[in-house]
Amino acid sequence: MMRRPAFLRDEGKGDSVVPPSGHTAWLTSFTAAAMAFLAVFALALSLAAGSLAARWQASLDRTATVRLSAPEDQIDLQTKAVLATLATTPGIASARAMTDDEQRALLAPWFGPDLPVDTLPLPRLIEITEDSTGYDGEGLRQRLAAEAPGAVLDDHTRWRRPLAVAATRLRLLGFMSIVLIGTATAAMITLAASAALAANAQVIRVLRLVGARDVYIARAFVRRFTLRALMGAAAGTGLGMVGVWMLPSADSAGGFLTGLGFQGAGWLLPLLLPPLTAAVAYAATRASALRKLRELT
Amino acid sequence: MIALENVAYSYGGGELLSDMSLRLAPGSFHFLTGPSGAGKSTFLKLCYGELLPTAGHITLFDRDVRSLTRDDIAYTRRRIGVVHQDCQFLDHLPLAANVTLPLTVAGRAENAGDLADLLGWVGLGALAQALPPSLSGGERQRAALARAIIMGPDVILADEPTGNLDWEMSLRLLTLLTELNRMGKTVVVATHDLNLIRQAKSLVPARVLRISKRRIHLAGADL
Repeated sequence: MMRRPAFLRDEGKGDSVVPPSGHTAWLTSFTAAAMAFLAVFALALSLAAGSLAARWQASLDRTATVRLSAPEDQIDLQTKAVLATLATTPGIASARAMTDDEQRALLAPWFGPDLPVDTLPLPRLIEITEDSTGYDGEGLRQRLAAEAPGAVLDDHTRWRRPLAVAATRLRLLGFMSIVLIGTATAAMITLAASAALAANAQVIRVLRLVGARDVYIARAFVRRFTLRALMGAAAGTGLGMVGVWMLPSADSAGGFLTGLGFQGAGWLLPLLLPPLTAAVAYAATRASALRKLRELT
Repeated sequence: MIALENVAYSYGGGELLSDMSLRLAPGSFHFLTGPSGAGKSTFLKLCYGELLPTAGHITLFDRDVRSLTRDDIAYTRRRIGVVHQDCQFLDHLPLAANVTLPLTVAGRAENAGDLADLLGWVGLGALAQALPPSLSGGERQRAALARAIIMGPDVILADEPTGNLDWEMSLRLLTLLTELNRMGKTVVVATHDLNLIRQAKSLVPARVLRISKRRIHLAGADL
């Protein structure tokens, strides 16, 4: 049978030697709960930023657009000329003119779904997909200028790449937030543990007097603080997950919030926060307790 | 068992104890007397490793106290029962849990029958579940003695154990200590109660040590 970790065993009435309550009890639980709650949102932000970066990166992958503006009677002719030019351009895998419905869908977020595309002087959009070798952008621009004077090559990687970089950095910030939250949790629990040890100096004196080793005394405090942190973090994580679940869905919130939250197995990730918080509390309290014990006696 | 060789202890820039040499033989009974502030408590603390000498050597069970780690000192204290004037209990635990605390911290199981016998011996059999703040001074001292001996220590150090007790209760505690000495325990009692010392000398062959002018002297002729 698997043996429980030492700090979870209560052999010989372990932590009962420490008086049962005090302000450090709820402080530790509250801190762990608040930090876990924030960590859930930081984790959700990190994951959302990650998926956003991935989506933008996927969109960047070897795509471009030719925007064609021409008089109405020449638009079809120049479209064919552009497509013909693209078809013979090395490095381009495919090119196709977007339909009115597709253009309407692109503009819908700004102008609504009932935009009369056919009555507006909108440019024709032609979507280009590169092959693995890529194309010569400058050469293509010159050829398009010759074949279809109203065509402009829009290499949108130029403006999407900074967005992808921003999303990547947002994800990094999310993870840094989690690290900071963990560090702050450790600091708060260390302070609470130190306060508890100082408040129980008399208890420690008695325990030392009757032959208790430092690890025994430390374990009594460590076990108590670890369990408090675990319970607090479990509550905070639960509330945080409910909060994330209650966020507006992607459909109703629109583009930027798309994917904010957890998807599928991603919902399991926040469940790691309580044991991680407990591990942080264990390490912080143990280090603090052993250091404080050396100071007290 | 416990030996001091040219021991001195300084505190706050002044020397409290100086050039003390003493050997506590197994089964001996010593009284330690002297005026208040002479250093009796400090002497006892040196004997159980609470304080380290600033000069000289102290040997606890054949090991120099300076060579002991913090864990070693903890193990050593399991062989030395200490009774303080202020007793020092865990007030949130009942008397029985306080008395068995040395067993608890040592990871040893308590025997309910032995505990009942011990509490009965010190006259606290009916108070096993009482909390320390509800006990009288005499009851607390007897409970402290029970806690000090539950591990079967080789040495018992008592620091003014009768300081807060009336004469009748002091005699009762003294009787317990002399019984322990007859069982082979080494006993050191710090006190300034000369009547108690005279009473004890009629029961056991006790040596009387006096601390004065920072040094320890063998007394007795005047008692």
